[in-house]
Amino acid sequence: MSLRTTPALLFISAIVALTGCNKSGNDTAKATGDMIVRIGAAAPLTGSQAHIGKDNESGTRMAIDDANAKGIVIGGRKIHFELISEDDQADPKTATIVAQKLVDDNVKGVIGHLNSGTTIPTAKIYSDNGIVQISPSATAVSYTAQGYKTAFRVMANDAQQGHVLGEYAAKNLGAKKIAVIDDRTAYGQGLADEFIKAAEAAGAQIVAHEYTNDKAVDFTAVLTAVKGKQPDLLFYGGMDPQAGPMSKQIKSLALHVKFMMGDGGYTPEYIKLAGDAAEGSYATLPGVPLSKMPGGKEFETRFVAKYQPIQLYAPYCYDAVNVMIAAMQKADSVEPAKYLPELAKISVDGVTAKIQFDAKGDLQGGAITMYQVQQGKWQALETLGASH
Amino acid sequence: MNIFLQQIVNGLVQGSVYALVALGYTMVYGILGLINFAHGEVVMVGAMLSLTALGVLLGWDVSPLLALPISVVIAMIGCMALGYSIERVAYRPLRHAPRLAPLITAIGISILLQNLAMMIWGRGYHPFPILFENSLHTFAGAIINDIQIAIILLALIIMTGLMWVVNHTRLGRSMRAVAENQHAAQLMGVDINRVISITFMLGSALAAIAGLMVSANYGLAHYYMGFLLGLKAFTAAVLGGIGNLRGAMLGGLLLGLIESLGAGYIGDLTGGFLGSNYQDVFAFFVLIAVLVFRPSGLLGERIAERA
Repeated sequence: MSLRTTPALLFISAIVALTGCNKSGNDTAKATGDMIVRIGAAAPLTGSQAHIGKDNESGTRMAIDDANAKGIVIGGRKIHFELISEDDQADPKTATIVAQKLVDDNVKGVIGHLNSGTTIPTAKIYSDNGIVQISPSATAVSYTAQGYKTAFRVMANDAQQGHVLGEYAAKNLGAKKIAVIDDRTAYGQGLADEFIKAAEAAGAQIVAHEYTNDKAVDFTAVLTAVKGKQPDLLFYGGMDPQAGPMSKQIKSLALHVKFMMGDGGYTPEYIKLAGDAAEGSYATLPGVPLSKMPGGKEFETRFVAKYQPIQLYAPYCYDAVNVMIAAMQKADSVEPAKYLPELAKISVDGVTAKIQFDAKGDLQGGAITMYQVQQGKWQALETLGASH
Repeated sequence: MNIFLQQIVNGLVQGSVYALVALGYTMVYGILGLINFAHGEVVMVGAMLSLTALGVLLGWDVSPLLALPISVVIAMIGCMALGYSIERVAYRPLRHAPRLAPLITAIGISILLQNLAMMIWGRGYHPFPILFENSLHTFAGAIINDIQIAIILLALIIMTGLMWVVNHTRLGRSMRAVAENQHAAQLMGVDINRVISITFMLGSALAAIAGLMVSANYGLAHYYMGFLLGLKAFTAAVLGGIGNLRGAMLGGLLLGLIESLGAGYIGDLTGGFLGSNYQDVFAFFVLIAVLVFRPSGLLGERIAERA
């Protein structure tokens, strides 16, 4: 929607200014003599994905609070980490403004952005300014394929995830005729394309490929078009605000399909929105179930006590910060130029997975877990190895 | 299964909601010549208020049959108060200011309401509680559910009611008089401030109902939901001829139909060259085409330049 951006543009500067005021909200415990190290975070804190963005911010904040509580010493000085959280509105244009602002704020690293569409264009800005960027959740292949040395992610990419999803649909679920809907964002489109490749390679036929957008709530028209093609499985590449109502509409159109999503649908919010139509839906999430990771259960308990139930990427944000700090400790420096080489060869046990990067900055050999909604809850079905 | 008929049903449901919201835009424009961009936000507040009221009432074990009308009334009263205050605070002081000033305050109010709602109701999505069994009906191969039938019927009833108010009551006569010429109406003894306030309140009450319908149909409410809905409804009002009540209804229904038929058939018609991602493009293309040939919209009256 091109019209959508007009008023938004008018107020970008105002919103950027507003969110800027939050920056030192949590830093009451500034002891004199500590070196302040700023870490940036960027995610949509307003708009339709605000609930996931806030979840990211909380995950990042918790890791930073933990690090401050530990009293980390780097380069002979006690470090006090300061979080600078910005709202990128899930909008690529706003994201580049926000990225520039973080650069101007002299952050030593950035945890973000949340969406692929915002992470890809900002990678250049961080790279040009020599700032390390770890995205907790951007999955588009092109993010790390741009060749920027400063770009990392702690999440499997679309090729890895789409491959697992496509194969699972065709082989494990035995789907013959598959329909695909995506939201035309860098994430949804990328994941859908990889899914189609893998599903076709595994012998399924793609009978329909329809589109929506990341603001829509009515999908009856595309679902009706899909229904005409009589698929046995429907894959949606997009986020939970659309997936929830979509499941409801699938049910009310009496479209009898298995419903499958990527990580964007794996949230408690999806189940809340879809109601009983959520039952039986599939979604993947990179990594191993939290309960199976050392420290995962403990993280979840502490996070829920402090903030709210985990929406989606909070554990990945937590890992991203910890990996960044671990690299700083190894290099004994908070300067990105110094700790970047350490980050590239790091190997740390996170709460979501063992974190090691490949040459491009992608997560190495990440596991991907398939989940299904059973009795109103996401249940892990099996953990599948990521190929590629 | 009749795909074509199903798309018509989809379009009618969607269009009824657009039409109901479009009425709010068109009423204010007809009387003040002002586009009340905050109207979409009033719809959102209506949805939020009715959901909150529903939650509280159901928590007190009030039967759904009673809780639903009570929460509709609460939402309507809340939105009427909101509509009145918006007009009083943001538009009345600027009534004689240049056209651009109230437009800017309208956008300002819209952003203010959005952020207030975010602070009050949070960033999350609020699911609509299941009050009744929403059963499906098959009608000549198309499937329609109870909520959708209710939406179409309710929209029709409200629109006819509004037409009656405007054309056959004393209030309606003063509304039409103010729309025609504010100064002359004032000289004839019409209290224009009162008429304008009532117009805003009427529009806001409709918005509250529309908000409830939307959240019941899609099963969710969110502080951001008013934006796109408002934009689409505004488009519908322009398509039908802004300022004209019948035009808003026609425009809303037409936009709903164009969208669903567009999304459903554009791929097949162009042999896969254009996909359903061009749904909005299709709708706006029709809008432009209509405006090129009929600049005042489908049912808009051509207003002669006054010397």
